[in-house]
Amino acid sequence: MATTHADADMRTRLQDWLPKIVLAPSVAATLIFVYGFILFTIYLSFTDSRMLPSYDWVGLKNYENLFKLSHWEIAITNLAVFAGLYIVICSVIGLTLAILLDQKIRGEGFLRPIYLYPMALSFIVTGTAWKWMLDPGIGLEHTMHAFGWESFAFDWIKNRDFAIYTVVLAAVWQSSGFTMAMFLAGLRGIDNEILKAAQMDGASNWSLYRRIILPQLRPAFLSAFVILSHLAIKSYDLVIALTGGGPGRATELPATFMYSYTFSRNQMGIGAASAVIMLMTVAAIMVPYLYAELKEKK
Amino acid sequence: MAGASTDTAIRTSAPVRVLIYLLLILFALFYLLPLFVMSINSVKPLGEITGGNMIALPTVWTLDPWRSAWSTAQIGVEPTGLKPYFMNSILMALPAVLLSTFFGALNGYVLTKWSFRGDKILFGLLLFSCFIPFQIVLIPMARLLGLMGLAGSTPGLVLVHFVYGIGFTTLYFRNYYAAFPTELVRAAQIDGAGFFRIFWRILLPSSGPIIAVSFIWQFTNIWNDFLFGASFADLDSMPMTVALNNLVSSSTGVKEYNVHFAGAIMAAAPTLLVYIVAGRYFVRGLMAGSVKG
Amino acid sequence: MSFLKTLKISAALVALSAGGALANDVEVLHWWTSGGEAAALNVLKGDLETQSIGWQDMPVAGGGGEQAMTVLRARVTAGNAPTAVQMLGFDIQDWAAEGALANLNDVAAAEGWDAVVPAALQRFSKYDGAWVAAPVNVHSTNWVWANKAVLDANGIAVPETWDDFVAAVEKLAAAGVTPIAHGGQAWQDATIFDAVVMSTGGPDFYKAAFIDLDPAALGSETMKEAFDRMSFIRANVDSNFSGRDWNLATAMVINGEAGFQMMGDWAKGEFLNAGKVPGQDFLCFRFPGTQDQVTFNSDQFAMFDQGGVVSAEQAALATAIMSPSFQSAFNVVKGSVPARTDVPNDAFDDCGKKGMADLAAASASGNLFGSMAHGHANPASVKNAIYDVVTAHFNGEYDSETAVQELVTAVEIAQ
Repeated sequence: MATTHADADMRTRLQDWLPKIVLAPSVAATLIFVYGFILFTIYLSFTDSRMLPSYDWVGLKNYENLFKLSHWEIAITNLAVFAGLYIVICSVIGLTLAILLDQKIRGEGFLRPIYLYPMALSFIVTGTAWKWMLDPGIGLEHTMHAFGWESFAFDWIKNRDFAIYTVVLAAVWQSSGFTMAMFLAGLRGIDNEILKAAQMDGASNWSLYRRIILPQLRPAFLSAFVILSHLAIKSYDLVIALTGGGPGRATELPATFMYSYTFSRNQMGIGAASAVIMLMTVAAIMVPYLYAELKEKK
Repeated sequence: MAGASTDTAIRTSAPVRVLIYLLLILFALFYLLPLFVMSINSVKPLGEITGGNMIALPTVWTLDPWRSAWSTAQIGVEPTGLKPYFMNSILMALPAVLLSTFFGALNGYVLTKWSFRGDKILFGLLLFSCFIPFQIVLIPMARLLGLMGLAGSTPGLVLVHFVYGIGFTTLYFRNYYAAFPTELVRAAQIDGAGFFRIFWRILLPSSGPIIAVSFIWQFTNIWNDFLFGASFADLDSMPMTVALNNLVSSSTGVKEYNVHFAGAIMAAAPTLLVYIVAGRYFVRGLMAGSVKG
Repeated sequence: MSFLKTLKISAALVALSAGGALANDVEVLHWWTSGGEAAALNVLKGDLETQSIGWQDMPVAGGGGEQAMTVLRARVTAGNAPTAVQMLGFDIQDWAAEGALANLNDVAAAEGWDAVVPAALQRFSKYDGAWVAAPVNVHSTNWVWANKAVLDANGIAVPETWDDFVAAVEKLAAAGVTPIAHGGQAWQDATIFDAVVMSTGGPDFYKAAFIDLDPAALGSETMKEAFDRMSFIRANVDSNFSGRDWNLATAMVINGEAGFQMMGDWAKGEFLNAGKVPGQDFLCFRFPGTQDQVTFNSDQFAMFDQGGVVSAEQAALATAIMSPSFQSAFNVVKGSVPARTDVPNDAFDDCGKKGMADLAAASASGNLFGSMAHGHANPASVKNAIYDVVTAHFNGEYDSETAVQELVTAVEIAQ
C-alpha cells in the first residue's frame, strides 16, 4: 500500500517521509492487532464475560476470583520454574554445542541439521513420542531394565513433584539446537585476528573464551533470550501433548490455564484477567531489559 | 559451509578432540531419539504398538500406515488422508512468509539507516508484540476478520500470520542491517540514490543469509501453527496441522498410533526439508544478524 | 445477548461479501474424525446427497469437542457460523440462551420426536420449550469392561455390589494381575468418580450433588465415602497410570494385563478392533451398584439460526439425523446406542443390545442421569472445578476429608 503510493513520489520532498510511511503499515497493524487486542482483553477482564464477550462491568471480581484459585498459583510458580530452567539450560547446551562445533569439526554439515530439526516438528505428535519415552512402563526405564540395569528409575513424568522437569526436558530438546545456531553464528563472527594476537601473548583457550569471546557474544545472548522467553511463555502444545497439565494439576502453565478458563470452562472474564496478569509480568521483565539493551547500542 | 576466514583460531589437542566428537555424537543421539521412536512406530502394525512394544524395532515391517496417512485416513467424513491439505498449507505459508520477510526487511532498513526520533520506541513496540499470547487474540481477531470479509479464507490466515510474524522479522533484519556499513548508504545518497533504490540495489543483494533466517523461522512457525488454522480456516483452506490434529486427536475413536506417526513425519517434511536445505545459510545469516547488532 | 446482536449486523454485511457455502449446502462442524466415526457420518452425507444437498465438512478434533467449541466461538464471532454443529449438553443450552440456535419445533412435531426421545435428553435438546438440537446417540459412561479369561482364571464372577468388586480386585491383586486399568487424565478420573458416586450414594444423592449442586450433598459423609472408594481404586491401578490414553488402558484389559476398566461404551470399539467377541473374550457390565442407572452423554446437532427460520437444508439434515435407519447404522459403528428408544436392535451386538435395553429401562424408571464427567450434569465451569478436586485427590494431593471441603468451595466459586 504505502510502497506503491510512495513509489510515484520518490524524488520529491516526500523522500523525508518515506521511511516513516514504509514503517507505518507494520506499526499500524501492530497497534491494532496487538495493542488494541491487549486493551480489549484488559476491558474483558473487568466484565462478567463467560462463553462470549459481554460488556457488563463487574470491577475487580475476576481478579479476586483468580487469586483465590490455587490452580493459578500453581501455574505461575510452574512458569517461573519452567522458564528459568528452560532458558538457562538451553543457553548452556546451546553455547556448549556451539563452542564444540566451532572446533573445525568434520561432519558439521551433517550434525547441525540434526541439532536443529526438533524446532521443525510440531508437538501435536512429538508429544506422544516423548510421553512414551518418558513413561516408565514402556520407555527409557523399561528399556534399561531390559538391558539388565534393574535399579534404573526414571518416573518423573508420573511424579507430581518432578513432572514439570520432564516438560523442561522436552522443551530443551526442541529449542537448544536452535540456540546453538544463534551462538555458533556469534562465534563465527568474531574477528580471528584478535584471538591470534591474544594467543601470541600466551593466553590459554579458557581465558580466550572468558575474556574475549563470551563478551562479544552479548548480542547473541539478547536474541536467544528474546526467542527463548517468548517460547517459554507461549508453551502450550508441549504441556497439552506431554502431560495434559498433570499428574493432577502439577504441570499447569499460565498459557494452559488461560486457554482452559477462556474456552473450556466458559469463564472468559477470569481467562482475560489471567492474561492481563501474565502480560504485566512479561512487561515487567522485558521492558527494563529491552530498554537497557537498546539504549546501550550507540 | 563457512569459509576459511570464519574458522576459529582456537587450537585443541587430540585427546580433547576425541572427547568433543564423543559429546557431539551423544547430543546428536539425544536429538534423534524421538524421531527414531516416531519412525519405527510408523512402520509397525498397530497390534504391536498396543501390545506394549513401543520402543523396540518392528517384528513385522509395513508401509501401510504411510499409505493410509497420505491418502486414505479419515480426516473428516471423506477418507482423503492428508494429501489435499498439503497445498492449503503451502498457499497459506508462502505468501505469509514472503510478506512478513519483505516488510521485516523494510522495517529493519528504516530503523537502522533512516533513524528518526522515537524509532527505538517503535522497535520496542514491535518487539514486545512477539510476546502476546495467541489465546487472547482469538476472539477479537475473529471479529475483525469477519468485518473484513476474510473469515474462513486463506488470505485471512495470511494476514494473521503476517501480523504476528512482523515483530520477529523486524528484529532479525534490524540486527543484520545494523552491522551493514552506513557509509555505503550515505555515499549512495550523495550520488542521488533514493530510499528504495538504496534498498533494492545495495541492502537487499547482500541480505541472502538473513532472508534465509527469516524464511526458516517464519516458515516453521506458520507451517506448525494449529490454533489460528483451526479457528480461521474453512475446509477448503484448512492447513495440514489441523488435518493432522483431526487424524490424531480423536477422543472416543480407535487410535491408530502408527498412522499418526506417519502423518506427523509427513506434516513435518517440508520444514525438515527447509532446515536441511537452507540450514547452512541459517547459521551464516544469524552470524551477521545477531552478532554485531 | 448484546454481543451477538451487534454481531448479526456485521454477519449480514459479511454474508454479502463472502461467498461461503452455496445456498443448498450444509456446513457441518463436528469432531468425529476417527475412522469408524467419520465413516458413519458419511452415511449421513450420502443421505443428504440423494436429496441434492451438499455437505461442507468442517472437522475439528481434540479434547472431546473442546477444540471444536473454541473454533465455533471464533466462527460465530466472525459472522461465519456453520449451518449445523455437533454439540454436547450444556453447550447447546448456552448457545440457545444467546439466541443463536434455530427452532426445530416444526420438524420435531411432524416427526414426533417428543414421543421417542427420553426426557432426560430432551432437557438438553430443548430450550424454553423449543427443540434446538437433534440427538444422534446416547453414550453411557457407567460401564465396566473386563477380560473374561482373566476373571475366569481367578474364579471371579461379575461383581454385583461394591463389596463384590472389592473382593474381586483384591483377588486379582493377590494373583499378580493389575486389577484396574486406568489412564490418569482428569476426565478419566472423573468418569470413574461418576460411577462411584452413583454407586455409593444412589441416584437421589447423585442428583443432589451433581445436578442440583446442593452444598449439603457435596460436603456430606457420603461424598467422603465416595472419595475413600476412589482411594481404593487408586491403590489398585498400576504405578504407570498417570497420563495414559484411555485406549492404552483398554489395551491392557485386551491383552490380559489387567482385569477391569471403567470407561464409557466407546471402549467397545477397541475390543472389536482387536478381534475380540463380547461375552466370549470380554465382558461389559454396569459399575457395581449402578445396575439400574445409566449416566449418559449425548451428541447432538444444533442448527445455527440463519435468519429467523430453519432452512430446508437444515430441516432435511435434522430429519436425516433422527431417522431410525441412520441412528442404527451410526451407533452400531460408534459403540453408543440410538437416542430414539424405538430403533430396532437387530444390528447391535450383545453389549449394544444391553445398552439399549438399559437406556429404555432407566428412562422409564427415572434412573437416567446426565454424566458429570462428560458435561451433562452441570455447566463446563462447574464440571472442570469438580475435575480439579477429583484429580487432585486421585493423585494424592488431598485426603478424602480435604477433598470434600475443596469440592464444596470449588463448586461455589465456579457457579
